[in-house]
Amino acid sequence: MKRYDAIVIGAGHNGLTNAAYLAKAGLDVLVVERNPYIGGATVSRELHEGWLYSNCSYVCSLLRPEITRDLELPRHGLQVVPYGGGVTFMENGDYFASFEDHEAQLREIARHSVRDANAYERYHTDVTKQTRLIRPFLLRTPPDPTSFKPRDIKELLFLAKAFYHLGEETLNDTFRFWTMSIGDYLNEYFETDVLKAALAGSGIIGTALGVYSPGSAYVLLHHYMGDVDGTVGAWGFARGGMGAVSGALAKAFQSYGGEIKVAAEVSRIVVKNGRTTGVALANGDEYHSDIVVSNLDPRRTFTVIMDESDLPADIVTKAKNFKIRGSSGKLNIALDGLPTFTGLDPNSRLMIGDMHFSDSLENMERAYDDWKNGTWSKKPYLDMVIPTQTDPTMAPPGKHMMSVFVQYAPPKLATGEWTDADRDAFGKTVLDTIGNHSPDFKDLILHVEVRTPQDIENEVGLTEGNIFQGELTFDQLLFNRPFPGYAQYRGPVQGLYLCGSGTHPGGGVMSAPGANAAREIFLDLKRDNLVPEAYADD
Amino acid sequence: MTEYDAVVIGAGHNGLVCAAYLAKKGRRVLIAEAAEIVGGASITREFAAGYSVSACAHLLYQFHPGIARDLELEKHGLELASDDLATIALASDGHYRRFSGSVVTGNGLTQKDISGFAAFHEQMTRYAKLLAKVAGRRPPKLIESDWHDKLNLAKIGLDIRRLGRDDMRELLRIGAINLFDVLNEKFTDELLKGALSVDGVLGAHMGPRSPNTVLAYLYRHLGDGFGTSGPAIPRGGMGSVTMALAAAARAEGVEIRNRTPVTKILCSAGRTTGVKLGSGETVEAGLVVSNADPKTTFETLVGFPELEAGFSRRVHNIRARGTTAKLHLALDGMPEFTGIDAIDSGARLVVAPDLAYVERAFDPAKYGEFSPAPIMEITIPSVHDETLAPAGKHVLSAVVQFAPYELKAGWDASKKSFENTILATLSQYAPGIRDQIVASEVLTPWDIEQQFRIRGGHWHHCEFSLDQFMMMRPAFGATQYYTPIDGLYLCGAGAHPGGGVMGLAGRNAANEIVKREKTT
Repeated sequence: MKRYDAIVIGAGHNGLTNAAYLAKAGLDVLVVERNPYIGGATVSRELHEGWLYSNCSYVCSLLRPEITRDLELPRHGLQVVPYGGGVTFMENGDYFASFEDHEAQLREIARHSVRDANAYERYHTDVTKQTRLIRPFLLRTPPDPTSFKPRDIKELLFLAKAFYHLGEETLNDTFRFWTMSIGDYLNEYFETDVLKAALAGSGIIGTALGVYSPGSAYVLLHHYMGDVDGTVGAWGFARGGMGAVSGALAKAFQSYGGEIKVAAEVSRIVVKNGRTTGVALANGDEYHSDIVVSNLDPRRTFTVIMDESDLPADIVTKAKNFKIRGSSGKLNIALDGLPTFTGLDPNSRLMIGDMHFSDSLENMERAYDDWKNGTWSKKPYLDMVIPTQTDPTMAPPGKHMMSVFVQYAPPKLATGEWTDADRDAFGKTVLDTIGNHSPDFKDLILHVEVRTPQDIENEVGLTEGNIFQGELTFDQLLFNRPFPGYAQYRGPVQGLYLCGSGTHPGGGVMSAPGANAAREIFLDLKRDNLVPEAYADD
Repeated sequence: MTEYDAVVIGAGHNGLVCAAYLAKKGRRVLIAEAAEIVGGASITREFAAGYSVSACAHLLYQFHPGIARDLELEKHGLELASDDLATIALASDGHYRRFSGSVVTGNGLTQKDISGFAAFHEQMTRYAKLLAKVAGRRPPKLIESDWHDKLNLAKIGLDIRRLGRDDMRELLRIGAINLFDVLNEKFTDELLKGALSVDGVLGAHMGPRSPNTVLAYLYRHLGDGFGTSGPAIPRGGMGSVTMALAAAARAEGVEIRNRTPVTKILCSAGRTTGVKLGSGETVEAGLVVSNADPKTTFETLVGFPELEAGFSRRVHNIRARGTTAKLHLALDGMPEFTGIDAIDSGARLVVAPDLAYVERAFDPAKYGEFSPAPIMEITIPSVHDETLAPAGKHVLSAVVQFAPYELKAGWDASKKSFENTILATLSQYAPGIRDQIVASEVLTPWDIEQQFRIRGGHWHHCEFSLDQFMMMRPAFGATQYYTPIDGLYLCGAGAHPGGGVMGLAGRNAANEIVKREKTT
């Protein structure tokens, strides 16, 4: 069989990013993908005739602009349309609107509470400070704090310097922000339940934490640190669905001469004498390379496609203890027309943004309690969008596609594995929640795809269906991600690398882990580094 | 020339420690205490004829041995009725788990859990030793740091390095996360995990799944860092600790006035000039040291008009949601706990059958409801100390969680049903106990606020969590014992390192005052 300079396992956005950088440097790179299509969780799929679903990830913001520029993704077809704003429906029939425009946002908050409108100015300034602090670290390799290597010490100093520039008071606020619950944090600023609920959503999406769990404020930051066209914190729709992101990455990769094999499931990473020599496929084929990069999550990499005997014992334990908890579900819905929502003008710009149905922190925390008790939330937090309003490519004319992200759903129920009846009941809970605020919604439904965490695992390969490839808690952030001592993208076996969201800086369609891993590979190969470390705007 | 150099507000253990150290340094100190007796939340009280109990704090977990030595507390009458108490995790079917130092015993425990616990205990003790060092010093500022801070930071960095690579990595991994995950990684026995999780949530508005609980666990085990292997019970109850401290303070020349509430901290041009008492009398002093909680100190005694808006907001935002209640029972005989020998009834008994139970006990507290199935830390101090109850009789003191300060239904309407809930839970482990009750008393966080003058009824004064830890405790602008008001200092549990009858906040504050007020 052919020999490659590098083999990347998994054609998710990080795998493709990593492969694209390696190929750009002139390496002969193969990407192998288990599914018959590329993208991992960054896909658009036609699961109902005429409709394209962004059936896992569904909105775009975190994708690093350096990478977009470096790999010329717009030239390869990527177009992100910002949507801005959104709406949270309240049980009393009113709603709370979110606007991209600061003045409009203040007016809307003042409609609910003048005091909170004043506080929002402070909140906005404070959170923006945190965002600015973290962005420069996304495209850097975390230092090992136990190491005395010059590179690690230099990187630690870089970290220290960034913190030092904050000044004592802001540094204090930063530590508090990183360790507090989003609920407590918002309670410090605001009195209006629905405002707090609207902001808190970003603190729990994809995470097995509640709004009152310390550490959830950081998760909020994780959703704020992206941008669309330079607008920090903004979100947008990729035209053609999220598959457009992986599609553009794949085209970039191929334009550098890279090769992708789909329907090629890796059964084993081959290790000989303590170093990787290639991969073995389920169909018996073998491909050889001194460098194997896994885009799979750390648990799956070390416990499923590697032999325990090839690994140090502590790695196997760490992989088994790695916190990768399924907490999210998804509904993709084909609609015969655009639904209307109680109290909302059908021509409102808010229709284009994301819609939420949780109007208090207490409801959101109770939704988490349900998850802890091994059931899906009875009053789930939903992040719902109808991208076909701005992107007509995803549904037939006049028809619409709706994407509903659902928090929380457990990977396994207290009663055992998910059954079809459970999935239907879960779907009904979500549809009812939306139906409560949209009288015509249910009549417009043509097709519904309900995805439990179990379904996401089965299809995409993310353990437990965790969308971030591992919880974003302090034991798994920065130099602890995925494990202490292994945060620099290198596996415990020579020639083995990790490039997925399970590594720093974590999940979301960001591509930073893939790029960072490429930088480490260049370093080991003693080649010129093509991966940027900083962004002019930061 | 005023009569006093310093007025200390409140004769709680930290106020007494601080006053004694200040007096040792030659300061003339007055302690103004609102209550009839000294002691704050560390007192012994007769709650039924002939029966006395430690009314708030009931175990000495981590009293600092250096302070006991400096202030010669033994000489001043402090005697331990029992120390290095074992902890016993109760199960309703009697198959208990017994913890003593690094040894855990009990029917059906696997060898892996037994040796795992020994390793866990030893590792936690190494971390507790590190934390104990940090607790004994002023929390450093990181940027506006003077050379004391820089030295302190260097020491902390060096101590963390000295742990060695594996211990250091593990500390950096688990230091900020939750006990639930850590215990599940290490152990399989549910009763063992449940009992250990209690040490992370005791006194806190947190369940085992809440990040911060590993830190809280280490804090509770600071005593292990001081060389003890379990909590102690002082003879005569917790009041004897503060009595001894008061005696030590008086011996240094401190004047203590009981029944003397302070109603106002007087300020002029950003500097304190003394305090106003409930009697209307004014006591002038260039130094005022508050052992009251930060919210009481700044909101009530100083008043927000004297303070800058940003600081006032920070004080307002200090989290201090008491969720802990106390149960006191006068019993006409020794209660029988299923499966527990009489001799072990003197141990620290814990009701926390599994991790999910403890988490479920916490959940209602988030919504302003009390636990329908609470967790408990039970002591029967009369086993060790015959002075607390008539011959042959006993007193039981239990910490009960979770009972939120802000109960939606209101405590007046709910206290009786809460007491019934506690007794029903207790009866599952000591079936005959209801028939032995001569008298009972329940203190809700609301009662604790009223009786012990702690805002929110939180025994740490402010929640002990990472966002209110070290240089963030209690709030930016008041983190190194001094405050935005010149001459006003904090010495209570709301200051670093935090609550528990330990004395370090008082001692650290005294050191800081002496350092900063050389010219006074």
